[in-house]
Parts: sequence; C-alpha cells; structure tokens
Amino acid sequence: MNPVVAAEPQHNAERRDPSSAPSSAASEASEASAADGQAEPVLSLSGAAVRVGGRTLWSGVDLEVQAGEFVAVLGPNGVGKSTLIKVLLGIMPAAEGEIRVLGRRPGEAGSRVGYLPQRRSFDPDLRIRGVDVVRMGLDGDRWGVPLPWSRDRREQQRRVYEVIELVGASAYAHRPIGQCSGGEQQRLLIAQALVRRPEVLLLDEPLDSLDLPNQSAVAALIGRICHQENVAVVMVAHDVNPILHHLDRVVYIAEGGAVCGPPSEVINSETLTRLYRTPVEVLSTQDGRLVVVGQPEAPAVHTDRHGHGHGHGHGDRRADRHAG
Amino acid sequence: MESPVFSWNPLYDFQLMWSYPFMVNAFRAGAIVAVVAGAVGWFMVLRRQTFAGHTLSVVAFPGAALATLAGFSLSLGYFGFCVAAGLVLALMRRGREPGGSEESAATGVVQAFLLACGYLFMALYKGLLEGPQALLFGSFLGITTGQVATLAVAGLAVLLALAVLGRPLLFASVDPQVAAARGVPVRALSVAFLVLLGVATAEAAQITGALLVFALMVLPAATAQVLTARPGLSLLLTVILGFAVTWAGLVAAFYRPYPLGFFVTSFAFGLFLLAHAARFTARALERRRDALGAAFAGGAA
Ligand SMILES: Nc1ncnc2c1ncn2[C@@H]1O[C@H](COP(=O)(O)OP(=O)(O)O)[C@@H](O)[C@H]1O
Ligand SMILES: [Mg+2]
Repeated sequence: MNPVVAAEPQHNAERRDPSSAPSSAASEASEASAADGQAEPVLSLSGAAVRVGGRTLWSGVDLEVQAGEFVAVLGPNGVGKSTLIKVLLGIMPAAEGEIRVLGRRPGEAGSRVGYLPQRRSFDPDLRIRGVDVVRMGLDGDRWGVPLPWSRDRREQQRRVYEVIELVGASAYAHRPIGQCSGGEQQRLLIAQALVRRPEVLLLDEPLDSLDLPNQSAVAALIGRICHQENVAVVMVAHDVNPILHHLDRVVYIAEGGAVCGPPSEVINSETLTRLYRTPVEVLSTQDGRLVVVGQPEAPAVHTDRHGHGHGHGHGDRRADRHAG
Repeated sequence: MESPVFSWNPLYDFQLMWSYPFMVNAFRAGAIVAVVAGAVGWFMVLRRQTFAGHTLSVVAFPGAALATLAGFSLSLGYFGFCVAAGLVLALMRRGREPGGSEESAATGVVQAFLLACGYLFMALYKGLLEGPQALLFGSFLGITTGQVATLAVAGLAVLLALAVLGRPLLFASVDPQVAAARGVPVRALSVAFLVLLGVATAEAAQITGALLVFALMVLPAATAQVLTARPGLSLLLTVILGFAVTWAGLVAAFYRPYPLGFFVTSFAFGLFLLAHAARFTARALERRRDALGAAFAGGAA
C-alpha cells in the first residue's frame, strides 16, 4: 500500500522530475526516468521479507524512497526496524523480495550510503577526538598509511571541517569524543555519516538518549540536510513527534507486515488498528503531538532495553548499552 | 657482576656500557622491543584488550620454560606459544562483540593453569637456571646477537603489518558497526590483531619477563593517551616513551644490582603518574580560568 504523497516536497522540483514520488503516476515517472535517468528511486523494496533465526520479522514490505525524501520507520520494539536498516546496508540478507539501493544490490553502493547505527555512546575514557571520528568516515577504511604530503590531504581536511561546521559541532570537535554529551556525540556521528556526501542516510534511532531540546535540534538538522542537500533519509524513530513536521513519509512496521504513506494517512486509529488487528487509538494533543495508545509490543524476547511505552517521555537511559 | 660507578658524564657512561657486547645487544633488543610493544600496545589500550594482552604475556612463561626443558630455541618457545595463544583467544571470542566480558573467567582459568605448567617445566628442568625469575621478571644479560636479529625481523614484520592495517584497525576499534557497514573486515582484523599482539608480547617478554610485559605494552600507551587525544601524535609519543623507559631501565640496571624489569616498570609507572598529575593540573587551571572569566563577565554585566 502506497498512498499518494499529499504535499510534494518543493526541493524535489528544482532538481528532479516533479512527479517523483507518487506511485499512481508511475507510468509517467518511469518514462521520465528513462529520459534523464535521474528519477529512479534511491531506495526500493518490493515484497521484501526478512527472517532471523527461522522467524519472519516482517514480510510484504513495499517502499520507494526518492532523493531528498525524509522517511521515518516506526513500530514497537523488537519488530525489526534495525533489521530493516541492516538489510538496506547489505549486512543482513532479505529472505524474499527485490531490494535496490541506488539502483544496485544492498551493500554495493559503498560510500554513497551513510549509516548511523543504533545508540553508540563512546566510552568516557576513549581518547580520540570528535574530528578523528568524523575523519574515519572519510578514509578510515583505506589500507596503508596516508602520506602526509599528499595533495588530497588538505582537501580531505577541508571536507572534514566543512561537515563539522554543517552539523554545528565546531566548538567541541577537538575534545575527546567520550567527554562530549550525548547530543554532541550524535551530531559528530551524523557528520561522520555525511562526510563522504552520501545520497542516502540510514539513521537508527539517532534521537534516542537525547533530551527534548536536543531531540528537536537534531531532528531539525537532519531535516535541513535532507531537504537542502537532497539526501534521502531513512530514520528509525522510537517517537515520531520530534520529526513529525519534517517527514515526507512513514513506514509503520507491525509483526508481519508494514504500511507506508504520509504521516497523516498512516498514524491514525484506523490504519494502525488494521495493521495490528487490535484496537489502537491515536490521540492528538493540543500542541499537535501524537500519542499511540494500545499498540502491542512485539512478542519477541527483545534484547532491546526500552521496555514499554511508545511516544512517551524519554527518561535518561544513557547508562545501558544496546545489546544487538 | 660488580656494579660499575655512575660518573654523571653521559658520554663516558655510554662509552663504558658500549664496551660490553652484552650491553650493546641489550640496548638494541630494548630499542626494537620498545617500539614494537609500544605501537601494538597503543592499539591494545584503545581496544580495551589489556586482559588479552596479559593472558598472552603469561603464556610466554610456559613457552620459554618448555623451550628450556625440551632444548629448543628460546625464541621459538616465546613466539610459538604467544602466537598460538593469540589464535586461541581469537577463536574463543568468535561470534562475540569485542570487549565482551564473558570470556574473562575462562581465560583467567587457562592463564593460571599455563602459569602452573611453566613452573612445573622449570622444576623438571633442574638445570643451570637458578629458577624462573629471569623468565618471569626479565633479564638483559644473556641476549645474543642472533636473538637481536630474530627480534628485529619479527618486529619489522609487526610494524609493516600495522602500517598496512592501521587505519581500518583504528576504525574497527573505535566504531566497529560503522566500520563493518563500510566494508572493513572487522572480525578478520580482530584475529589479525591478536596475532600481532602475540608476537609483540613474545618480544616484550624477552626483555621485561613474562609478568612485567605491561610495563612496555600498556604504560607508555596509557601515558600517551592521557597526554593527547590526537591518534598520530599519541602513537608517536607512545613509541618515544617506551624507548626512553627501556633505555633508562637498562642504564639503571647496568649500574645498580636490581632487576631490569623493576626499573623499566617503575620508570614507566612514574611517567604515567606524572602525566595524570599534569592533566589534572591543566584541567584545574582551565576551570579556574573559566571561573575567573565568568566572574569577570558577571561583574561587568
Ligand atoms: N542476528 C540475530 N539473530 C537472531 N535474532 C535477531 C538477530 N538480530 C535481531 N534479532 C531479533 O530480531 C528482532 C528484531 O530486532 P531489531 O531489528 O533490532 O528490532 P527493533 O530495531 O525494531 O527494535 C528482535 O526480536 C531481535 O531479538
Ligand atoms: Mg532497533
């Protein structure tokens, strides 16, 4: 199911075929893509399913993401959101379906995909600066020693500082990263994911462990990067509210299947009740926040640490580590 | 050896020490070992694998003891046992995240058993060696030119491997998930690193003895990482510190009738404490300056 995107984001208009997203206009879009080779979706899944340990987490997932779109992946704990990201990265295989990332098989697009795994907080004693961590995103996977006099070096240095500036981390990029706060670390890690100018960003709960002001600041940063730099963002979120007004589309995963579409068409009582086959109520608070009530937790024994409550306040959970 | 007298004239002292071939070999071996142990130790400290390093160093003892007992080359005993132990550790931690704590109990048990085996080999030998002291706590008297050559070849191989693997290894150590997603072979690097750690430990154990390998593997790296958070600079500083404490230890042990391992460890430990004191002072000064600045700004407002 793939409802038509109601508000076409304007940034697409200037660089891309204006009819990029809606699948109802598929024939027109595919003609256009044949013409300029550009409007091909950045990510596409059709009939995708994934199995871990003999158990199907989700199946029949269809999704297309265009350049510059901001897509959130939502759902209860243990339902397979991180797994979806890992499948897109090519770290885990899909059991069924066709998956394309930038027109290639997952894992083949290399540095064109940026990744931020679920909650990493660095050891407070780690004596490596933020700028070095960002730098690793640029050339950390190369073998051999960099020649100090090589011409690329200054260019690379410039790029590292440029991207640190972009995420607003210049003030603390030279501090050991273990001593930076959760929000500061998250910004540096976003810079690391961005440093090679990826066309797709896969972010796994980047707002987790941040306090509310930091959540909205980092959400705004990601929204800005997505729309200004025309980067497609797929972001797993535990709470949709901080990113709600930046979003183009959401993917809501339940045990078994998933629904995709604009936030208003997916996050409502009807759709979620249908998806979970149990009464789910979506309440809207006065300030426009959404609260999902009655959503079942996944039946799995989750290794994930946050137990209950979706869309509620985030306590300080920095101390515990993510096991998976 | 009756202790020569330290003249406080460095030129004269070095000339004197250089006139003994065993001292020349000791200085050469010390330099090689300090550089190799420092470089590998820097990654070990960063990866929080000091327990693995300790295990490998303990394994060096039964290796050397068995070599003595069975009459094969001491170097073979050291390198063979340490590298094999590195591979076993890699096998044991297969399928686990790096830095996992579950294996520590099992590793500890094996470690104790191997230490006991080493002691048994020494007891069985009953030969010229007066006891396990030299193997446990280091000696610099009997280093042959052949041994120096072996150390140099093995050390060069380790340094070359580190030069090739260094950047991805750093990435995989600091940020394994992103590194893996970027195509860095995180698991293979972890195995390769344990092998390098085995070789470096075998080298260091020949100078400081099996129990004091940490003096060269951990202390210089930990000291450097206290002083700076720049990876390149901190690695360089590690190597320089390791080299300095080793040579200073050799000089001290030449003039004073106490074990080399004691001197090297004490010097390294002293520097470690100094580095912490320096950082503490720098932080306190910074805080004070900030407080003064805030007070000044507050007063102006
Ligand atoms: N490698 C694995 N082997 C077996 N089970 C796994 C593996 N990885 C994840 N799982 C299981 O798959 C489910 C989904 O995990 P995950 O994608 O991390 O959920 P989410 O991110 O939605 O909270 C969980 O029940 C987890 O225990
Ligand atoms: Mg997850």
